[in-house]
Amino acid sequence: MLPEIGQFLLVLSLLLATALTVLPMLGYAKNNQTLMQTARPLSHVLFITIMASFVILVVLFIQQDFSVLYVAENSSLELPLRYRITAAWGAHEGSILMWVTVQALWISAVAKFSRSLSLSQISRVLSVLGFIALGFVAFVLFASNPFETIFPVPIDGNDLNPLLQDFGMIMHPPLLYFGYVGLSVAFSLSVAALIGGEINEQWIRWSRRWTNIAWAFLTMGIILGSWWAYYELGWGGWWFWDPVENASFLPWLAGTALIHVQAVSERKNAFRGWTVLLAIIAFSLCILGTFLVRSGSITSVHSFAADPFRGIFILVLLAIYSGGALVLYTLRANQLKSRDTINLNSRETLMLANSLIFITATFTVLLGTLFPMIFEAVGKKISVGAPYFGLMFFVLMIPMAVLLPLGSQLKWHRDDVMAAIKQLMPYLLVTTVLAVIVWFLFKPLNIRAIAGIYGGLWVFTATVGQWIKRPGRATAGFIGMSVAHIGVAVFLFAMSMTEHKDIEQDILMSPGTTKQVGGYDFTFTGVDRVRQENYQAQQGHVEVRREGRLITTLNPQKRFYPKQQMPMTEAAIYAGWTKDIYVSLGEAVNKEGAWAVRIYIKPLIRWMWFGGILMLTGAIIGLFSARIKRQEDKQRDQVMAQQLNIS
Amino acid sequence: MRLFLIFISLIVSGHAHSIEVYNFENEYQRELYQELTQELRCLVCQNQNLADSDADLAKDLKDQVAEFVINNQDKETILAYMVQRYGDFVTYNPPLNTSTVFLWFSPFVVLLIGAGILIYNIRKKQS
Amino acid sequence: MKKTIISLIPLALLLGLLALLFLNMGYHTEQVPSPLIGKPVPAFELPLLYEEGTLTEQDFLGEPWLLNVWGSWCPNCLYEHPVVTDLAQSGQLKVVGLNWKDEFKNADTWLKRLGNPYHTILVDYKGDVAIDFGVYGAPESFLIDANGIIVHKIVGELTPGNVKDEILPKLAQLQ
Repeated sequence: MLPEIGQFLLVLSLLLATALTVLPMLGYAKNNQTLMQTARPLSHVLFITIMASFVILVVLFIQQDFSVLYVAENSSLELPLRYRITAAWGAHEGSILMWVTVQALWISAVAKFSRSLSLSQISRVLSVLGFIALGFVAFVLFASNPFETIFPVPIDGNDLNPLLQDFGMIMHPPLLYFGYVGLSVAFSLSVAALIGGEINEQWIRWSRRWTNIAWAFLTMGIILGSWWAYYELGWGGWWFWDPVENASFLPWLAGTALIHVQAVSERKNAFRGWTVLLAIIAFSLCILGTFLVRSGSITSVHSFAADPFRGIFILVLLAIYSGGALVLYTLRANQLKSRDTINLNSRETLMLANSLIFITATFTVLLGTLFPMIFEAVGKKISVGAPYFGLMFFVLMIPMAVLLPLGSQLKWHRDDVMAAIKQLMPYLLVTTVLAVIVWFLFKPLNIRAIAGIYGGLWVFTATVGQWIKRPGRATAGFIGMSVAHIGVAVFLFAMSMTEHKDIEQDILMSPGTTKQVGGYDFTFTGVDRVRQENYQAQQGHVEVRREGRLITTLNPQKRFYPKQQMPMTEAAIYAGWTKDIYVSLGEAVNKEGAWAVRIYIKPLIRWMWFGGILMLTGAIIGLFSARIKRQEDKQRDQVMAQQLNIS
Repeated sequence: MRLFLIFISLIVSGHAHSIEVYNFENEYQRELYQELTQELRCLVCQNQNLADSDADLAKDLKDQVAEFVINNQDKETILAYMVQRYGDFVTYNPPLNTSTVFLWFSPFVVLLIGAGILIYNIRKKQS
Repeated sequence: MKKTIISLIPLALLLGLLALLFLNMGYHTEQVPSPLIGKPVPAFELPLLYEEGTLTEQDFLGEPWLLNVWGSWCPNCLYEHPVVTDLAQSGQLKVVGLNWKDEFKNADTWLKRLGNPYHTILVDYKGDVAIDFGVYGAPESFLIDANGIIVHKIVGELTPGNVKDEILPKLAQLQ
């Protein structure tokens, strides 16, 4: 009964999305108020139907309804309740239904929080958003239906992939989807503006908040994914430049360029064409990411099970959405001419330089990810991995780190670059002194480590200095910018330290022996057995001491999940302010109970993610900009006055 | 077919470790081993390097790398050994040759062209 | 006009991307091509499964042969066994087995149960020679000419299809 209702709700959603696509746009074309006014109510009802179908899926998992194929594949009688709920988005069908649900949630939110947009504007935006929802609901219904039933009904399910039975993995997809879907709002706004043939600062101002929020969620999703990989996969790494990781990083890079360009095009009638194009590129990269992950085109431990039909479907969606948007862009290119001037000596120029650097980074990561595909077209195979991406990214981030403080030092509209550079000199001096101190404390350091540390110190010192020196009260916009940039500095510094000063050792340990690694004494006291609901484990005990004092006892596990016949390493981590101590169990080597054990000392690794959190915090603080609020309130009053005049 | 694909995705997503312990003579050797096993690809895995892989073949190749390292072979020699047998695919660091020139240099070309366009456009608007 | 042309660039890039992604779905394979095609067989000296002494690559010069890498632990080797047997019994090609990372007892039992199609069986217990051949999984087969040059490699099991379409034509070319 319930699966059928869920399915029916999806069909209903498809119809509602079609109505949302067609009616308001028709209303805009014909200047018909009534039709345009259907946009908001339709958006809300669409959210209700899609949300209901998602809730039904979760209920089916809670009820352990194995007549539904998706439930049978991803749950089992032993699976604890909390994971049964999260299994709803653990595999492809459920996770894409979650995407669609998040999409509907944002559409509804846009419908609600858009009083500063006129009816003609909001009807277009919601229509385009509805069109996107239409495509993805169709994808769910025809290519990944989570409500498909199976007969005969199995007695027990396959269990959820053990790697997904974990908090980080639970939060990671929803956060990423909030980010991806959020970028669809900027996309829809661009397309809506292109359809109308004009884009003014009010459009862009309205979209800035949505883009900032989307970017913040995307940042959080990526941080969480990185942190999860670190503690769950057992090899101490936090980024592999795997195509699926790049799939989330590409929209983030384009999104970073976008939020900076919007700051320029909101204030001036300049580079609006570029703003529109970036928004189209950012969301297109989200769709591309979905394709890469679900089509089986690339080899990755992260990818969902491959299915060519799904791949083609998503390619068609990409062609329609991106292709359609870009065709519109070409048609309207001449109408998007900028009218305001920009001085070379101004903050605007530096913001656009940021754009340039980040779009080049986007290109580079995209090229590296797709290059094996290009190579394979001529029958050869090549791997492009961390050595390539790491080097390229490092080189590109050098100008970014160097120019960042210059950008925040220069004033809007017109300033004097030479004077600004003079103002930055004291910070350069402090940075150099600090860098020399760091060098003495932590040498040896290779070139990349020094560059990263210097860059981090430079951005930090200059940003803090600029904050202290700022006259008058700091605005939300300024605080947000400063916090975000401090986050960049912290990230650069911490990443350089953790990448170049970490210690890794694989050691054979017999029970009772002690080995010294990185100034700590590790005493292995043996292994015993542990049993939980759906796994059994061998649990090792390692005591960690420094100068005789016991710091912690770490209990790494080797788990075995009988349902999935899958072994898994669960590392034990001691998270510290200055470093992580990380111990992973290998396997028993001999009958006397000796085990191969991997020990990592990772300096400052938490600070790396904390830097990312500071970045997104800055973006959120910026949402409270009084300047933007003032102008939006003014705009909203104008729109309401217009509507009263019309009616 | 569907079940087969599901089966494949399930069995290859397991993640347990084989941690090999070798007797390196010094820190330099240990670090060289770590560098190499991170740069070399596990051919039977879904995009993992040798260091993170628990596959049998990966273990064999790690043993081979360790043997070379302990015998004081340098990085280039060991990489060449692997590439000779498995092709460029086995290293995550793509070589620089005529077919990969685009990969290695186009980002900088894009950056320069972009900078040119940017400055040109701003200069144009300044009048 | 110029602005229109420049604004077409993103669209052109998108079309290129779509074409690449679409075509890739057709040709993408997990198989790794061998860099040893056209190169001499790596030097080896290996013991035999059922006889005393060892053989080297020199002992196989003079006629084309197929080196078939297998193990009793390998499920797909089971599937290809009838095809290997047919090929060996047809007399068109000398089929030599490379027993890879296996125990004698298990290999022997496996062969006794299914039949031994091989002219000779080399034993690579440690796996060093397999690495020299660039073997990364079982089964794999190498077609080698009379001068000891590797002419073709098949990754995965031999099937009537790939024997007919790949092995036999290349073999004919050698003669």
